[in-house]
Amino acid sequence: MDYIGEHLLPGKLGHFFVILSFAASFVAMIAYFKATRTKDATEEKSWKRLGRFAFFIDAVSVFGVFATIYYIVRAHLFEYNFAWEHSSKALSPKYLLACIWEAQEGSFLLWMMWHCVLGIIIIFRSKKWTAPVMTVISFAQFCLSTMIMGAYVFGLRIGNSPFLLVREKFSDGPIFQRADYLKIPQMQDGQSLNQLLQNYWMVIHPPILFLGFASTIVPFAFAVSGLMKKDFGGWAKSALPWTLFSACVLGTGIMMGAAWAYESLTFGGYWAWDPVENASLVPWLVMVAGLHTLVVYNSTGHSLRSTYLFLILAFILILYSTYLTRSGRLGDTSVHAFVASGMEIQLIIFILVFLFPSIFLYIREYKKIPHIKKEENTYSREFWMFIGALVIFLSSVFVMIATSLPVINQIAGTKWTIGEDVEFAYNRIEIFIAIILGALTAVTQYLKYKDTSKEYFFKKLLWPTVIALVVAILFSVFGGIHYDKYGTGFLAAIHLGLFCAIYAVVANAGYIWSGLNGKFKMAGASIAHVGFGLMLVGILLSSAKKEVLSYNTTGININFDPASKQNPLENITLLKNVETDMGKYWATYLSSDSMDEKSKMTYFKIRFRKKDGTEDFVLYPNWIKNTKGQEGISANPDKRHYWDRDIFSYISAADNSAEGDTAGFKSYPVAIRDTIFYSKGYMVLDSVAVNPDNDKYHFKKDVDTALMAAITVVSRDTIRYHARPLLYVRNNEVHYMPDTVFAQNLALMLGKVSDHNKIELKVKESSNLVPFVALKVYEFPQINVLWIGTIIMIIGFVVSIVRRAKGRLTLNA
Amino acid sequence: MKKLHIILLVFIAIAIGVLVSFMGNLSTYETIASAKQKEGKSVTIIAKLDNTVPIEYDPAKNPNYLSFHIADTLGNKAKVVYYYGKPYDMEKAERIVLKGKMKGDVFEITQKDGILIKCPSKYKDDPAAAKKNLSENQ
Repeated sequence: MDYIGEHLLPGKLGHFFVILSFAASFVAMIAYFKATRTKDATEEKSWKRLGRFAFFIDAVSVFGVFATIYYIVRAHLFEYNFAWEHSSKALSPKYLLACIWEAQEGSFLLWMMWHCVLGIIIIFRSKKWTAPVMTVISFAQFCLSTMIMGAYVFGLRIGNSPFLLVREKFSDGPIFQRADYLKIPQMQDGQSLNQLLQNYWMVIHPPILFLGFASTIVPFAFAVSGLMKKDFGGWAKSALPWTLFSACVLGTGIMMGAAWAYESLTFGGYWAWDPVENASLVPWLVMVAGLHTLVVYNSTGHSLRSTYLFLILAFILILYSTYLTRSGRLGDTSVHAFVASGMEIQLIIFILVFLFPSIFLYIREYKKIPHIKKEENTYSREFWMFIGALVIFLSSVFVMIATSLPVINQIAGTKWTIGEDVEFAYNRIEIFIAIILGALTAVTQYLKYKDTSKEYFFKKLLWPTVIALVVAILFSVFGGIHYDKYGTGFLAAIHLGLFCAIYAVVANAGYIWSGLNGKFKMAGASIAHVGFGLMLVGILLSSAKKEVLSYNTTGININFDPASKQNPLENITLLKNVETDMGKYWATYLSSDSMDEKSKMTYFKIRFRKKDGTEDFVLYPNWIKNTKGQEGISANPDKRHYWDRDIFSYISAADNSAEGDTAGFKSYPVAIRDTIFYSKGYMVLDSVAVNPDNDKYHFKKDVDTALMAAITVVSRDTIRYHARPLLYVRNNEVHYMPDTVFAQNLALMLGKVSDHNKIELKVKESSNLVPFVALKVYEFPQINVLWIGTIIMIIGFVVSIVRRAKGRLTLNA
Repeated sequence: MKKLHIILLVFIAIAIGVLVSFMGNLSTYETIASAKQKEGKSVTIIAKLDNTVPIEYDPAKNPNYLSFHIADTLGNKAKVVYYYGKPYDMEKAERIVLKGKMKGDVFEITQKDGILIKCPSKYKDDPAAAKKNLSENQ
């Protein structure tokens, strides 16, 4: 059948670029491999020229594929599945970019693009090591190009093509019986980018994270090159800036993800030890371990063998994390629900083709890798740096095993999984890692390489230790850290961890002056360590002091439910326009407002008034109807920033059906035993109690001024309900606690005491439920310390990269 | 023996200790029937929502109490109680991962992270939904 209105040229062009990239990366790999192997200088030169040419072709094709996809999405060619599934006409250009890397094919492409950029820099910058390093990178490009190929070999599909047409993907769809199927309404617009992901973080986080992923191949390639060329230590100086770069960018990418998770708060904070988060953290930890041993080797000649191991593993673990997140294996343990893409075998092969050769080379050459027989001095920097690297590595092994449980179960046939409290399963171990690393980070800089005189060491370290101790004690005593949810042992560990983290900050900041005489250009490591220490401080303080503000202490009807008594009550129900007691605050749900139909957002206006009168503000948490799930809903918090804490409010449930319900409270002056009629029955005022002390309210005689009305509501079908609205006076202000009878859609409020032994009873009866929201409010203290620490750490990395890269330039010249 | 070797041995000992303690605290995947036999022990169940019984959640009354019924692949059923409000896309869940303890005939979840909803549409499109979309009202 000839279909009408399809644009097939872009797809053909795009597919051509994919094939070209596949072929060009293969040629580049062979050419660079030949260049590595040959002894003849002119031959090497010509192979390198071919390799370079082929790699440029590869780069052009990869960017060609990307440009073609962008064109398809931009021109809204919905005959292509990519455009139909991931984009829509309403998306702004930045989200058109984001929707490209929302797709699995698109994120592979992003990875390949960064490989191209890094490869081209290496071709121009690195002289001696170009050929072997580029062999490895070209091979990775070759493997990645198969991921977006979409070809069938012996009936097996290799990769998913981004240029598949909708009618090819859903070939049995009845609408494709028509030649003009593109005219059908559902083909006129795409499914769009998931609303949850329409966020500026989605525009910047994936490119940075994938640059981090892509950059891990460079240290790996240098290490493998060293093994291939049997020049075991020659690459170490050239690889150092790249290793720094990789650790810096991957760390930045991960923390951007943390910041996003924190802001959207759907995940309850910035880090939840979710397997998908861990999958990126583990390679970063190993890379950081490798970075430290590499520095040790460059300065002393020690630790080369472990450097090889760490740098090789960091990249292999990136491949493993790709497998974990894209194979669907984490389906039952991760909230970041990645669905299987049918590429599991291909992803496993991707790991193995890098794992086997590199480990084989490592084991074969292990004995030949030079190492210093004489042991490191206890008062030497290299000794403790190595210990630190080892601790980081061991912690990464722990996280990896815990994250890999689904895979272990698959292989071993076991049924293990982490228990109910996932975060604590990690935290109770990682707290000790934090303690050790904090302490090591603090003292190690004060040691010199080879040997340090004890006198120098203790003298220099004295003041930082004293200052850190004083600051930490002040924090511990006055910081309000009472996190005894997991017992005093864990609380003590938190206090100790806090000291070590502060120690790391103070000692490294001090070292910039006392050890480096304030030369900031040289102080990259110290700056990064200050940042790391601050991150630890921020993590410890914010986790230990995170507070739920919306504890449902006096909420309506709650206390009648025996099941909720011993359980945390995180959500509080706010009836529209009724001020409700929320711990330190009064909270009122004022109104809700739907935006235009297209954006599918509803805002809820909530007013918070602090009881001590110091604050009065309005937050607008919202929720979005998901475009992709049709009826699904996701909530976005609204937050109020303070310099030392953030307050988040978050809608957990709402009933909007009564929106537009104009029913108000009607006032009735009533005496005891008076009857009021309402549409479905009547109610009787049974009694009025002063300062009631019962199962619902606890007021003290002579201290409080409270008045409670006991009311019996009798409905038409003679069912009796009881309601107890209350008013009380505190700080010269009258507060009302209404009560509700939901079965009858009634809200009752005790107005005031009027003359002649009568009280004013306010009755609100709506045709529908009274509009309400269930709200969660959290307070995160000192979270800014974490973000500031992250930024300082990145600055430290950048300072180091600049110094090391410059040093290399002058060496080459 | 070098001191590095001693430290390595100490680390290995600690690592084994950590691993043993970690493994000791792990929960296991169970069916509803086997979970009932391990009453009071923390277990993980993967099941489907039992649509024959309505989900009980009245946020106006108590936003912190959710109760629903599950059925596993073997056809066993159980009531579940959760104290943190209702996850948004629950009704559409393909399957639910539940971490908690059996208490009598009721499966009780006391941790907020004890419930994980698998929705096909969260990040990736549901191919079935897309297909349905394409077959409708042509």
